[in-house]
Order: sequence, then structure tokens, then C-alpha cells
Amino acid sequence: MRGHQLKNSQSVMPALAVEDLHKSFGDVEVIRGISLLAKTGDVISMLGSSGSGKSTFLRCINLLETPNAGTVTVHGETIRMSFDKRGVRVPADLKQVVRIRSQVGMVFQNFNLWEHMTVLENVTEALVYVLGIRKKEAIEKAEHVLEKVGMHERRDYYPAHISGGQQQRTAIARVLAMEPKIMLFDEPTSALDPELVGEVLRVMRRLGEEGRTMIVVTHEIGFARDASDKIIFLHEGLIESEGAPEEMFGQNGSDQFRKFLSTATH
Amino acid sequence: MASPSDRTFWEYLTHISENQSPLDFVLVIDHIDKFFYGAIVTLEITALSLLIGGILSIPLAIARAYKHPLFNRPIWCYTYFFRGTPLLVQTYLIYYGLAQFDFVKESFLWDPILSKAWWCAVIVFSLNTAAYTAEFLRGAIENTPRGEIEAARACGMSHKRVMFRIILPSTFRRALPAYSNEVIFMLHSSVVLSTITIQDILGVGRWLNGRYYLAYEGFITAMMFYMILVFIISRGFRLWEHYWLAHLRPRTNQHA
Repeated sequence: MRGHQLKNSQSVMPALAVEDLHKSFGDVEVIRGISLLAKTGDVISMLGSSGSGKSTFLRCINLLETPNAGTVTVHGETIRMSFDKRGVRVPADLKQVVRIRSQVGMVFQNFNLWEHMTVLENVTEALVYVLGIRKKEAIEKAEHVLEKVGMHERRDYYPAHISGGQQQRTAIARVLAMEPKIMLFDEPTSALDPELVGEVLRVMRRLGEEGRTMIVVTHEIGFARDASDKIIFLHEGLIESEGAPEEMFGQNGSDQFRKFLSTATH
Repeated sequence: MASPSDRTFWEYLTHISENQSPLDFVLVIDHIDKFFYGAIVTLEITALSLLIGGILSIPLAIARAYKHPLFNRPIWCYTYFFRGTPLLVQTYLIYYGLAQFDFVKESFLWDPILSKAWWCAVIVFSLNTAAYTAEFLRGAIENTPRGEIEAARACGMSHKRVMFRIILPSTFRRALPAYSNEVIFMLHSSVVLSTITIQDILGVGRWLNGRYYLAYEGFITAMMFYMILVFIISRGFRLWEHYWLAHLRPRTNQHA
């Protein structure tokens, strides 16, 4: 059902359009003008050495960080910005920010599950208290997505009682249940023990194949190459090069990217 | 005089109690109902103060944790004052001190509330426990994992939602062990009541002492009452923690 809606809107507008985004922390400009266009169903991997600004860029998309300049447009709706009394750039309409955030799911490096809630409660929480779905339906929906990420039998466990991989799959289920238009992944496997990375990547690959729109900041070169439609390589706050995986990894790939690959894979 | 065999068992017991036992337990049993009434008074005032103080402490703690530009300093002064001075002095100040001001005595609050020891105690106790509770709640709020707040914001919760659904529930759980101490301290502090004419548990003990010149009977009985109450309270809190802090327990196979 959802797939049909997505396909119909596909030609009308991009799922996500970011234009000339800038972000500074104090005097340091971390992002120096990045633009990005994601069609519905795109899986875009963002690579880059640490400090290249990729996580910050992701956090600017749902305004966990406020960009200093540039626009973010989600499904045709541009987030309006204004300036507060001290001249600091802030979102003009908090209600709009809240609404857009509910359409843009985010998976964090450290999972960030709510520790005092069970796996199931973590998933139903935002369904009930953000989307206003009735509790009973929320539970049904949550059980469905938990099944999908293979966490159904652990639904009554607390986050502290399951492994990192299971926590991350729960976090993905929490986002998935909201049926977001875009899913952002902020280094989803970086905090995991090596043997747990696979189970999370497997879930992410499946989501990509289902046609979900995903922006993935990652160090997993394999995932970027095999599972994404497009790779964006960031270097010092700018897009150094971008393209389909076969272009990026092919003969005409940029030197900088090749250098990054050689350090990243060793 | 009747021979020992003519005495009833009760008379025999009374004889032992008065002459041989270090503690005149028959006297205590004779007045045990007064101690129970005293316990009700103690519990009533302590519970009501904890309720009022607890509710009051939440907004205070939030204002402190987020350094509200207007309220942070005044609240700091308030908690500093109430935590920095003895409860007994605070109680005297309100109960004996307020009566010196004519405008207080003429106000509409005087007759129903401020002239009554019972209400004065509730007011002072509430303000006192609110001050303590606000400060450790503030610490617990500040210790909310940043990532959990971020995740809540990222899925579209408003500030209010994040506060009521994530920060406060997680805060209360973290603060629960400290709060059980506060409840027990408050129960102990409630002995102040007996100094402002109220017949709480210690009040009854003091009355018994005053009437029969028997210090042990009154005070040891009072102590026993406090001990039993503390036992019940800490038991209750342990159950509560077991249920509420299940996520912090080491993993068991009970729900595997």
C-alpha cells in the first residue's frame, strides 16, 4: 500500500533536497556548502574520514543541529528559518520542525534506546505520543516491524539486557514503525562488535531493497558499494566526489577517494 | 491480702511488669491505643507533606536543571535556606514567629490555617522536603542520557512531550533510591511535631514520661513504632524499585 503511494509521488518531487548547507561550531566551519538530492527510493551512502562533517550534515537534516545557512526540503516542504533576538539562526516554526522530524527517522551510532522501556515500548512510544495512534493498533504495528527486524521474541526485554546488534535493530524498528519518508543512519554499525555488524547491515540492505529512501553515514565500504544507489564522498566539509558506486570505485574515481579507501580498508 | 494462687493471670502479669520487669509492659499495653493514634498523626502529616513537597519539587527541579533565567536564583536561595537550617528552627519560626505579625493574625488565613499547629507543620515540612527533593531531582534530570533525549526529539516529540515521556520517567527511576532515604528522613524529622503541641508518636511517648516519670516505657515504645514504620517503608520502596528499576537489574532468565 505504502509502496504505491511512494511510486506515485516519485516523479513529482525529490524525497529530500538540501541546498548549500553550511554549519559552523564557533569559528570552525564544519560544513562548507553541501547540496544533496535524494529521489524516493534512493539509498545514498556518505563516506569520509572522521571530521569530514558527514554526521553533522545528517544531524542538520532533521535539525538536531541548526544549519547556519542553506535550506532543507523534505517532500516539497522547506523548513522555514528565521533569526532570534541575538541574531542566531533558528527554525521559524517549531511545529513544522516537529512534524518534519516525525517524517524523517534517525538511527544513531549509540542506538539511543530509552533505557527504562522494553523493546516493544520503545517502538510504540512515538506511535502513540507523536502520531497519536491508539495503543492497541500501535502494539500490533510494533510487533509487525519487530518481526521484520527479527526482534519479536525479545519484545519484553529491556535494552540493557540485549546485545548491541539487537539494540540497533530495535532502534531501526522504532524508526520503521513511524513509516518515515526518509531514514537517516548515523554510523549505525560503528559502536558494534565486529561479529554484530552483519545482522544490522542485513536489515539495512533489506530496507534498501524495499525501496525506502535512506541516507547512510557509514564506514562500511562494502555496504556503500553493494547496497547504495549513490555514494557521496565528503572531504573537509565539502563534497569531494559523488556518483554511482561503479563510477566511484571504477577507473575514473577521484584520487582523494582512492586514498580514503586505502586507509579505510586497512 | 490474697495469696498468689488467688490472683488472676492478669494481676500476676501486672505484678511482674511493675516490680520485676525493666520495662513496665503492662503500662505500655494499657496506653498502646494512644501510640496508634500518634502513629496515625505522624503518618498523616508526613505523608501529606511528602505529597505536597513532592509535587512542588518537580517544577522547581526542572527550573533549576535548565537554569531558568528568572527562577533559577530564587529557587537556589530557597533550597539553600531550607537545607541549610534545622527543621526544628524552621517550624518554630512559622508556628511561633508568624503570630508576632498583626497582618498575619488579621489575614483570612489565620483562623483556619496559620493558627493551627497541624497546618503550620504541614507547610514547613512540605517546604523542607520540597527543597531536598528538588535538589536531587535536579541532579537526576541533568543525568538523563543525552542520546535518549536526542532520539526523542528526532522522532518528533515536542519539548513538553520529551519532558513528560522521556526525561521525567527516566529521572524518577534514577531518583527513587535517594527518595526512599528522603521519606525515611522525613519520618524521623517529624518528631519535631511533638514540640509544637502535636501528639505524634514521640508526643505520646513524652506524655507517658511526663505522667508516670517512666522514660523507658514512653521512648522505647516510640522507637519501636518508628522502627516498624521504617521497616515497612523501606520494604515498600524495595518492591517499588524491583518493579520500576527492572531495566537496571542484571539480566536474568526469568523472561527468556
